[in-house]
Amino acid sequence: MAYHTALYLFVFLPAALLAYQLFPARHRWKCLLFFSYLFFWLISGKLVVCLMGMTVFTHYIGVWLGWLKTQEPGAARKSRERAVLIFGIVMLLLFLGYLKYYNFFAANANRLLRTAGSSWGFSAKTLVLPIGISFYTLQAIGYMADVYWEKTAPERSLGKMALFLGFFPQLMEGPISSYSQTAGQLWAGRGLKGEDLSQGGVRILWGLMKKLVVADRLHVLVKTVFGSPQDHRGAVIAVAAIAYTIQLYMEFSGCMDIVIGTGRMFGVTLPENFRRPFASRSASEFWRRWHITLGTWLKTYIFYPISVSGPAKKWNRFAGRKWGRYAARLGVSAMALFPVWLCNGLWHGPRWSYIFYGMYYFAVIFTGLAMEPVWDRASAFFHIRREARYWRPVQLLRTWVIIVIGELFFRAISLKMGIRMFFSMFQGFSLSALWDGTLMKLGLDAGDFLAVAGGCLAVGIAGSLRERRGIGAEQLGKLRLPVRWMLYYGLIFAVIIFGAYGPGYQQVDLIYAGF
Amino acid sequence: MERLMEILKEIDDTVDYGREKALIDNGIWDSFAVITLIGELEEAFGVRIAPAQIVPRNFNSAEAIWDMVRKLQEA
Repeated sequence: MAYHTALYLFVFLPAALLAYQLFPARHRWKCLLFFSYLFFWLISGKLVVCLMGMTVFTHYIGVWLGWLKTQEPGAARKSRERAVLIFGIVMLLLFLGYLKYYNFFAANANRLLRTAGSSWGFSAKTLVLPIGISFYTLQAIGYMADVYWEKTAPERSLGKMALFLGFFPQLMEGPISSYSQTAGQLWAGRGLKGEDLSQGGVRILWGLMKKLVVADRLHVLVKTVFGSPQDHRGAVIAVAAIAYTIQLYMEFSGCMDIVIGTGRMFGVTLPENFRRPFASRSASEFWRRWHITLGTWLKTYIFYPISVSGPAKKWNRFAGRKWGRYAARLGVSAMALFPVWLCNGLWHGPRWSYIFYGMYYFAVIFTGLAMEPVWDRASAFFHIRREARYWRPVQLLRTWVIIVIGELFFRAISLKMGIRMFFSMFQGFSLSALWDGTLMKLGLDAGDFLAVAGGCLAVGIAGSLRERRGIGAEQLGKLRLPVRWMLYYGLIFAVIIFGAYGPGYQQVDLIYAGF
Repeated sequence: MERLMEILKEIDDTVDYGREKALIDNGIWDSFAVITLIGELEEAFGVRIAPAQIVPRNFNSAEAIWDMVRKLQEA
């Protein structure tokens, strides 16, 4: 029961909303908790015990840290707090690591052992991953760190902790929120409001449009090319990589629209995960606009703690004295960026191509930092103002190329195949493939391409209006009734008429739910 | 405050620090600018900035940064 299915939209969600409203305000959070666990159970069955176990453990660590903070202050208390935090994080990571990475580790270790001539090896296990574990594990770790840093007080209620980690709209794909962002709202018990329901409903429709009209349609082309890469080369590979980049964005951000819209219906404002990522001028800006909550999590709990750690400070002083501020800054950045991007890659799953994807962005962003003085001098020499409008298209194009290459490796069935596809892109590359009918042999017809272009245009215009003029869904309510309903109906019919479902299409699972 | 302004200008002299109130929220500064500033603040004012203090509200404006530094000096 994914968020875009009829079962969720027409049965589960209305039932949850109705029950929520019927409950007395102070017990509404219990209703949300019941529906969250029901949602999890409907998808992952008895694996619900994993979520329960993780919740009890996280709650216990929080209470333990809270109790330690009431003890006599001093170095001994601090070191005990640190030990409890490390214990909590290590246990959660071991659990996640075992379920998610054991077979990957076993396969690679066995390969090494065979090379070394050993007949011994790790046996593969049948491990089932509970839905959304990568998302709520990060929320749990973030909560523990926040209690340790005294950013938040420990949650005494186990039920409320269970709701924070398992709120059903966030379970499958995030957004990864901190305790202070959502917790209070979840148990506020705010009754349903007409404005929240209509705004949430529009947001859900918008998300459905992105997924059904654009993403699921592009899935056909992407599957054709990435499914048999040996049959394609040149511009077709480039088109498939671009199509996958758009598919992933429309799918993930569309799902986030449904998730955030659902939250809004219950009066809960969830953090945004996307902010016009393709308007980025650099790879690092792209990551501040794409999967924002994962980037924020990595920055808060890995990048900054490493940047201000003892070894980083020692390096800063040493390198600063010896080689100057530039070298000091570069060293600290490398020290903090490497684990961030390694974790980013690994978080997506146990595949070398994901690790490569993380390392690719590490290399791109670190090179950008290292080359900054060179760019500064070159800009001055050629009289280029990098903030000027005329320079923006160059920066955008450069960023798009970086993004699309990254997604090519991300989507390829293996790292080896990704490398092969990357090089085959330059073999027999001819722009004529764009209009000589080659693209029409990839599963989509001219009508499909038009629907995709229309969907992309609508998303581009809406994003631009929101960012540049602050015009968003909230302003819809201020429009005159006929105009407003014309837009609502337009959106509904766009999904019904142009949605990629029925004969010729297959239902496409949510990509990020697999991570 | 004067020394702080000098440090801020050294990091990015295109920003009007007297008026800007959302250095982080508006994406004017990225995380690299923040860690550079932290290194400078620790050296110039003899304070220790912990990960818990690295939140947007402490870095959004020159006043917010100065408030954080003063609180750390008093602690």
